[in-house]
Amino acid sequence: MEVLLSLLVGLMTAAALYLMLSGDLVRFVFGFSLLGNSINLLIFAAGRLTHTGPPLIDPGRHSLVLPAANALPQALILTAIVIGFAMTTFLLILLFRTYGQTRTLDADEPAFLAELSEADTVHGSSGASGKEGS
Amino acid sequence: MIKNRSNIAKVPDCCRAGLISSLLPLLLFALLCLAWPGVIQGRAIQVEMPWIPSLDLSLRFRLDGLSLLFCLIITLAGFFVSLYASSYMAGKQHLGRFFVYLHGFMLAMLGIVTADNLILLFVFWEATTILSYLLIGFDHEDATVRDNARQAILITGAGGLFLLLGILLLKTAGGSMILSQWPGFGDSIREHALYPAIFVCVLVGAMTKSAQIPFHFWLPNAMSAPTPISAFLHAATMVKAGIYLLMRFHPLLGGTHLWMGTLVVVGGITALWGAVQALAPCDLKRILAYTTLMALGIMTLFLGGRSAPSLTAATTFLMVHALYKASLFLAVGSMDHQTGTRDLRHLGGLLPAMPLTALAVAAAALSMAGFPLFFGFIGKEIMYAGALSEDLFPAFSTLAALFSNALMTAVSAVIFITPFLGRRPADMGPVREAPWTMRLGPAVMGGLGIIFGIVPEWVSANLIEPAVFAFHPSREEIRLSLFHGLNLPLLLSMVTLALGTVIYRFREALRAFVKNILARLRVTTPGIYQVILDGFIQMASGFAQRFQNGSLHRYLAVIVLAVVMVTGWPWVAHIPSAFIVPDPRGLIMPTGICLFILAAAGLVVTARRRLVAIGGLGAVGAGVALIFLMFGAPDIALTQLLVETLTVVIVSLVLFRLPPMEGGRKRKGLRKWMDAGLSVSVGVLVTTWLMGILQKPLDRSLTAFFEINSYVAAHGRNIVNVILVDFRSLDTLGEICVVVLAAWAGVALMRSAREG
Amino acid sequence: MQSDILKTATRLMVGLMLVFAVYLLLRGHHEPGGGFIAALVAGTAFALFAVTEGPARVRRAIRLRPSTLAASGLALAAGAGLPALFLDRPYLTGLWWKSGDFSLGTPLIFDVGVFLAVLGSILAVLLALEEN
Repeated sequence: MEVLLSLLVGLMTAAALYLMLSGDLVRFVFGFSLLGNSINLLIFAAGRLTHTGPPLIDPGRHSLVLPAANALPQALILTAIVIGFAMTTFLLILLFRTYGQTRTLDADEPAFLAELSEADTVHGSSGASGKEGS
Repeated sequence: MIKNRSNIAKVPDCCRAGLISSLLPLLLFALLCLAWPGVIQGRAIQVEMPWIPSLDLSLRFRLDGLSLLFCLIITLAGFFVSLYASSYMAGKQHLGRFFVYLHGFMLAMLGIVTADNLILLFVFWEATTILSYLLIGFDHEDATVRDNARQAILITGAGGLFLLLGILLLKTAGGSMILSQWPGFGDSIREHALYPAIFVCVLVGAMTKSAQIPFHFWLPNAMSAPTPISAFLHAATMVKAGIYLLMRFHPLLGGTHLWMGTLVVVGGITALWGAVQALAPCDLKRILAYTTLMALGIMTLFLGGRSAPSLTAATTFLMVHALYKASLFLAVGSMDHQTGTRDLRHLGGLLPAMPLTALAVAAAALSMAGFPLFFGFIGKEIMYAGALSEDLFPAFSTLAALFSNALMTAVSAVIFITPFLGRRPADMGPVREAPWTMRLGPAVMGGLGIIFGIVPEWVSANLIEPAVFAFHPSREEIRLSLFHGLNLPLLLSMVTLALGTVIYRFREALRAFVKNILARLRVTTPGIYQVILDGFIQMASGFAQRFQNGSLHRYLAVIVLAVVMVTGWPWVAHIPSAFIVPDPRGLIMPTGICLFILAAAGLVVTARRRLVAIGGLGAVGAGVALIFLMFGAPDIALTQLLVETLTVVIVSLVLFRLPPMEGGRKRKGLRKWMDAGLSVSVGVLVTTWLMGILQKPLDRSLTAFFEINSYVAAHGRNIVNVILVDFRSLDTLGEICVVVLAAWAGVALMRSAREG
Repeated sequence: MQSDILKTATRLMVGLMLVFAVYLLLRGHHEPGGGFIAALVAGTAFALFAVTEGPARVRRAIRLRPSTLAASGLALAAGAGLPALFLDRPYLTGLWWKSGDFSLGTPLIFDVGVFLAVLGSILAVLLALEEN
């Protein structure tokens, strides 16, 4: 199983990076989300998959009777999933906003780069608001 | 250049902030006077407070004879300067800020000279660098002023870095960080292999701060500071910090041929070059700045010696210079304030209008020229005695001192005679005497030059000797006195005065000559500074343009490539030789899920329509959730499923408002293969990482702790939840902060999109 | 989304999901569940509600502004650590009041804070997107 998961994680990471490198901002977000999934799996697998029982203590007992899955990486992954979700959401909104200003989703398009350097020089959106009207 | 000051008479005479805050240095001066008798009898005052005990650092202060001398100069000058500034700066903007900087600087300066821990000294050293930057650039609306302030902070700041390096090297070489323990360490440090490196680093620190050639040029430019600041920082105190450093390091690093040769040569050249250049300008403040260079050079030169007369000469001249130079700077400021100019060509005949200022200038200038009965004369006598007693280059020292003193004599004549006795320019309006706050400082400090000149024995016993003893352990008594008998130093003093008169007589010719030389210099240190600065800025912008060109692809590719190279290279050497061969039984289910996830991921990569990609993404998430569920993680499986659902909702909401994906460009040719290569190499790396990790035994002790204590100590049966809300709740608190911040930032962006 | 059947079904669903969310939140210390998961369930319920009935109704239904909800969640979670300080224990140490098999403690309050913070964040983004 471990070998299988190792291969899966590697392939998912490769796919995620290929998406992120594409230059299309939507694909970038998809890749980002995929990368989060693969890294979560990596942490999960690194905590070993030997025991498959959930880390829950039976009622009436004071500690685990049978060996259970590793609880520590699970706690890490749980918050990582939620934070990954928050970041993906933020990226999406940023994407939406960027499109509103540049009218393009292609990060390599000259209009996109020009807008960036303009925003750099005026330190704000004063240059951008004029653009939106056009 | 000339402005008539009478029409701005409505400006208040004096600002209260300055008057009140000048009580601080006065109070400190009074306290120092109380400590004075004990300190000169050898009972140094010492205070120690813990600071960072784990690093063996403490706030350790010590007031010995040398510290006392410096503290007295700093507080006395500080008092007169802030009193003076209360009138000089009256009506200007940001006065509160000004006095905070001024007194902050004074306290930092007191910190330097009383710190007994080298690290502590360095902290105060840097504080004076920063505060002097703020003070030089006080009129920050002027671009030249800003450039000058930047020049000062870059040069002294770079020197500070060298000093820090020197401190670290000293620690490596086994030296103590406690200054008062240094006399016992000297021999072991001087014989250490690191000695030359330590010496060079400390010397560069001192040279930049005390404006020694080739780092001297920031000081004349720093004259763009308000005049009280020039008087305080660039005459009486800050530039002396480098001198103080050399004095403190003398028992530790001094006495070698390297030390003597370097200091004598650097100091001698600085003194001569400063004195020669002082002839050229017409701006009185610039003239004074160059004479300060000369004075600092002389002090450095004499600190190169190791005989008692040499060190006494350096210390005495330090005092002489602080008194006359602060007095002259303040008086020049008064002339500037009352007439609107400090250009020699527009000044003249001020004696009847400003008699008291004239008197103060006369006293200070005579001390500077070294006339008998003035403190400067005593300083010059001991200087020649010291120069003649040096081990290394006595002739060079004597000649350097002789010529620079002669030039000083001429310059001091220029400073007094031209503005006060010279012909009154026709275009000069009516001039009034400066207010008392501006007269007191020059008068008292000029007057001290006379008093000290008459009672040198008292000064010697109560100020100079205790100071010299602090850094010259041999405790050889050198008494200053008015008349030593007819000897070589006296003869040299007379020669100096005669030579000075000759130079004064031919000053116009000499000025033209010096200006001519300065104009012909091809390679100058300010030029080199400018070339380095420009080159640095150019390099930075070139670098930024190459790597920060706005291309997302470029950024990512660089990051990914760096990851592959940095982690991949060492990893290849340690790649595990054998992997666990999977047990084929019971693998049908997991293999199915993995293939499902892969297929879904492939769908996301190849999708030409957005909806398909979103579906693929959801399927990947679901598959991952299944894996979590299979291997005993119901909590994260549930979380993963719910997050996937919400992600699909939000992605749809956003993408619904964007154009379809088909419009996007396709990657072509080389770029496509490069991207694929990069991605695959990271994928291979991640796979081998995980396999490598799984080869090693796992330390489950932390998990075991949670398993044992989850119910007993934290009353929870769901160990994952107990970790989140109890054992590691501070982490969780941080994490929900991130979530809330991301949401708020998103909402703010949406709102600005709607409004903008 | 004007179908009456769908609307009625959705209301029922949303109600059930919210009850389920509270159940998950309260049992989270002993069984799978907890603040994060409960917030996601409730968030999904509101997302459904918003899609069928529009964001304005959601705003009316929750009364508080989402950002207020998120902030109060943060405050609650941060505040749950304070009582320990008064007893001279490290910040965020769990304190328990136990009677028989029933126990109540500051970690539960902390978990409610997590729930509110995450739910508030989801709602804030969701409604902002819907209204744009």
